[in-house]
Amino acid sequence: MFIASVIATTVLSFSGVVLEQNGFVTSAQEKPASTAEVKIDNFSFGPAAVTVPVGTTVTWINRDDIPHTVVSTEKVFKSKVLDTDEKFSYTFTKPGEYPYFCSIHPKMTGKVVVQ
Amino acid sequence: MAHKTKDEILHDHNNDGVDRRGFLKCMAWAGTGAFCVMQGGVLKSYSMSRLAEMNPQNMKGELSFVQISDSHMGFNKPANPDVAATLQAAVDKINALSAPPEFLLHTGDISHLSKPEEFDSVEQILKSASAKDVFYVPGEHDVLNDDGKQYHERFGKVAQPGGWYSFEKKGVHFVGLVNVMNLKAGGLGTLGNEQLEWLEKDVKHLKSSTPIIVFAHIPLWTVYPEWGWGTEDSAGSLAYLKKFGSVTVLNGHIHQTMQKVEGNVTFHTACSTAFPQPKPGEAPSPGPMKVPAEQLRGVLGITDVNYVAGQHALAVVDSSLA
Repeated sequence: MFIASVIATTVLSFSGVVLEQNGFVTSAQEKPASTAEVKIDNFSFGPAAVTVPVGTTVTWINRDDIPHTVVSTEKVFKSKVLDTDEKFSYTFTKPGEYPYFCSIHPKMTGKVVVQ
Repeated sequence: MAHKTKDEILHDHNNDGVDRRGFLKCMAWAGTGAFCVMQGGVLKSYSMSRLAEMNPQNMKGELSFVQISDSHMGFNKPANPDVAATLQAAVDKINALSAPPEFLLHTGDISHLSKPEEFDSVEQILKSASAKDVFYVPGEHDVLNDDGKQYHERFGKVAQPGGWYSFEKKGVHFVGLVNVMNLKAGGLGTLGNEQLEWLEKDVKHLKSSTPIIVFAHIPLWTVYPEWGWGTEDSAGSLAYLKKFGSVTVLNGHIHQTMQKVEGNVTFHTACSTAFPQPKPGEAPSPGPMKVPAEQLRGVLGITDVNYVAGQHALAVVDSSLA
């Protein structure tokens, strides 16, 4: 009897959390989507490190006169080769640190921090 | 200066052997290759824009070939909006040689974006060269998007699955290496264990008197690591070549000529047929150097270049140019 009531309480409070989460997600979807831009120029990513909230779409745009790529060091994302003025976007759905580099010019490195 | 000529350096403000005129003379190399000749088992290399001033007798040897590099077909930015024309200029210089070279070596970055039509254009232009055989190694621009599948289908028929290979010509052992695959963040060019093991086996049976010529895209010596101009595990490859009396390493990638002698090994880098890049550390980045189009094309037409190496590194091992 005692055990059953504990379980019931747990289930109730758990549902409460779920409801709250649903409410939060719904309101987040109503806001405009978060975006960030990283410019590639002169053989570097600018800014080299960006910190963004979960759900942000980061867009890299190549303003250099040489092609580059945007490749996650941990193989999370990988662009095709970007010629001048071409773009690549990736939406970050999980918090964490995402180091990346240009696979053509591996001295070019950058990082996206998702909070 | 090795000797003074009418084009000697007049104003050398940076004390680097290059004044503005000299710089423009350097640009003439953008449309050229390097003429290589084996003489007594030693490879000598001449810039093709200087051939007019050379004594043909000095350029005869057991074997001659031409190295071209970094044609970047498809590049169309201000540094050179017509890379097809400058590759054709290099071919014209090859065809003007009194004795046709045995073959051509292309040390990579054949294309700019690994597009089929870019490879097609280079193959088409090189078909008009007096030397019919072309031996390639890939540059990083040739293996974009598909891990080199297309490159291997076109150019890798004679190669091992990874793209590396060797061949013999008139007693000289040539080794083509691939150091542009699987580049790691923050790193340099890389050969990888599989290729190094192959190389060890490939040269093991050769007599130490066999002249060796190794060619690869990214320099096998550390030119400037800050710009990625070097190969991480090149020491492993050079260790297998220690027993040989004559080893020459030919590279591209840095779009300028440099040479270095280290023990039994002579390292060269070749010019691009497309556009020049700055000297190491002399610009914020290794991007293409720009000059007005008419100036680039004008200097490409120069054939009587008398710009002579002083402390400025040139792809000339030999100083007997007279």
